[in-house]
Amino acid sequence: MAENYQHIQTAHCENGVVTGLLKHQGLDFMTEPLAFGLGSGLFYIHIPFLKVSGGPAISFRTVPGAIFKRTCKALQIEVVRKKFSNELLAQQFLDEKIAQGIPVGCQVGVFHLSYFPKEYRFHFNAHNIIVYGKENDTYNISDPVMETVTTLTIEELKRVRFAQGVLAPKGHLYYPKSIENFDKKLIQRGIVKGIKRTVNDMLHIPAPIVGISGIRFTANKVKKLRAKLGIKQGGLFLGQIVRMQEEIGTGGGGFRFLYAAFLEEAAEYLQDDRLIPISEQITKAGDLWRSSAVQMAGIYKGRITEQKDFDDAANMLYEIAEVEKTAFKQLEKLKFNS
Amino acid sequence: MEKKDIPQDTSPLKNMTREVYYVKNSDGKYETGLSAGWVVKNEALENAWEDINEQVRAAKQAVLTGEKSPIYYYFVLQLMDYNVLSGYTGFWKFSIKKHMTSKGFKKLSDQKIEIYAKVFNITVDELKNFNH
Repeated sequence: MAENYQHIQTAHCENGVVTGLLKHQGLDFMTEPLAFGLGSGLFYIHIPFLKVSGGPAISFRTVPGAIFKRTCKALQIEVVRKKFSNELLAQQFLDEKIAQGIPVGCQVGVFHLSYFPKEYRFHFNAHNIIVYGKENDTYNISDPVMETVTTLTIEELKRVRFAQGVLAPKGHLYYPKSIENFDKKLIQRGIVKGIKRTVNDMLHIPAPIVGISGIRFTANKVKKLRAKLGIKQGGLFLGQIVRMQEEIGTGGGGFRFLYAAFLEEAAEYLQDDRLIPISEQITKAGDLWRSSAVQMAGIYKGRITEQKDFDDAANMLYEIAEVEKTAFKQLEKLKFNS
Repeated sequence: MEKKDIPQDTSPLKNMTREVYYVKNSDGKYETGLSAGWVVKNEALENAWEDINEQVRAAKQAVLTGEKSPIYYYFVLQLMDYNVLSGYTGFWKFSIKKHMTSKGFKKLSDQKIEIYAKVFNITVDELKNFNH
């Protein structure tokens, strides 16, 4: 058992697992915004034709697993990852690592996650937790979105590690190998690389549903909602946007505040104050996302239902797209000397 | 968002945890704060659940009229999609669709009924004798 494992609470689960596991390996400087920035976590995509619980499939972050992978790569840390076809082997491998005192990241489904409230238990399979100990039939769990550590029985853990459906975890576990002689220059280099990748993701992916164009794509849909789906279904659509944006783990404002916090840290690491006003603009984008959520809530609770109200919601999204476009263009122009 | 503006509305998370927010402190620097919940988000979640509950009621009605089998009801009740149910049962999507009609359901072997009951975490009796 990794008795000295220090639980840390973060906004987002994957950031939390990265931060927690790397800190445990001696990288004391790790923070959640840094992991999020190194891993280019910020994103926007609106997948058309795909429905998630009656609403649009929208994501404000990059694909599950990418943050861990990219952050470790940037810091040149070797990673062990495994998936299993057999539940028993999955448990044996985990037990072995815990017995060696290695805390391990596990991908789990939340539908059967016993400590989650019922209202949040959907068949979502990309939640991440750290397993750091085992006493008799109970595992010690550090779930980064929780204020304190918790436990799961052998049965409970098995169930969530082998949840079924889209992104089924198949017992997926991962941990960084022990780190020797860490070179601090890698942080600066990683930050620059992470920023460039996010700029590219937000500005230059040639698909009308990704990044800034993706936000506009959603705005166009919002404008037509009332005529196309009616007030009730349109409201559900808007509710889904808000849920994705403010879901547990975004740090508020669809991860925008988290990214602004990263840019603030980046300014410190790179000794580059030019990043501060850009961080401010991303903060503004986060605030605007929050205001748009308030507007959308007015619609889905039936307080405001006119076409004008849908137009207002759409216009707020167009404004967000403008603010983010300006911010990322400025970020793109910066030349870093490292 | 500033630290003083972190919403503290009662939410379904109340017995589980508070959430981390990234907010500006009085020096204009980022730090974290904890939120009990936000009414805007609660309402979106409530709305989604109202919609789910409506679908469950409709599913129940469809079983009672003989249009659908109890498998369909539990599928809706437990928020599943075909990927999920196919993953847990090992049955193909097109077989599951057949099992969801009352005609297809009547032809199911006891062994398959047992598999479904186990996945839905109910007894064979509850699945066979729909009583809701």
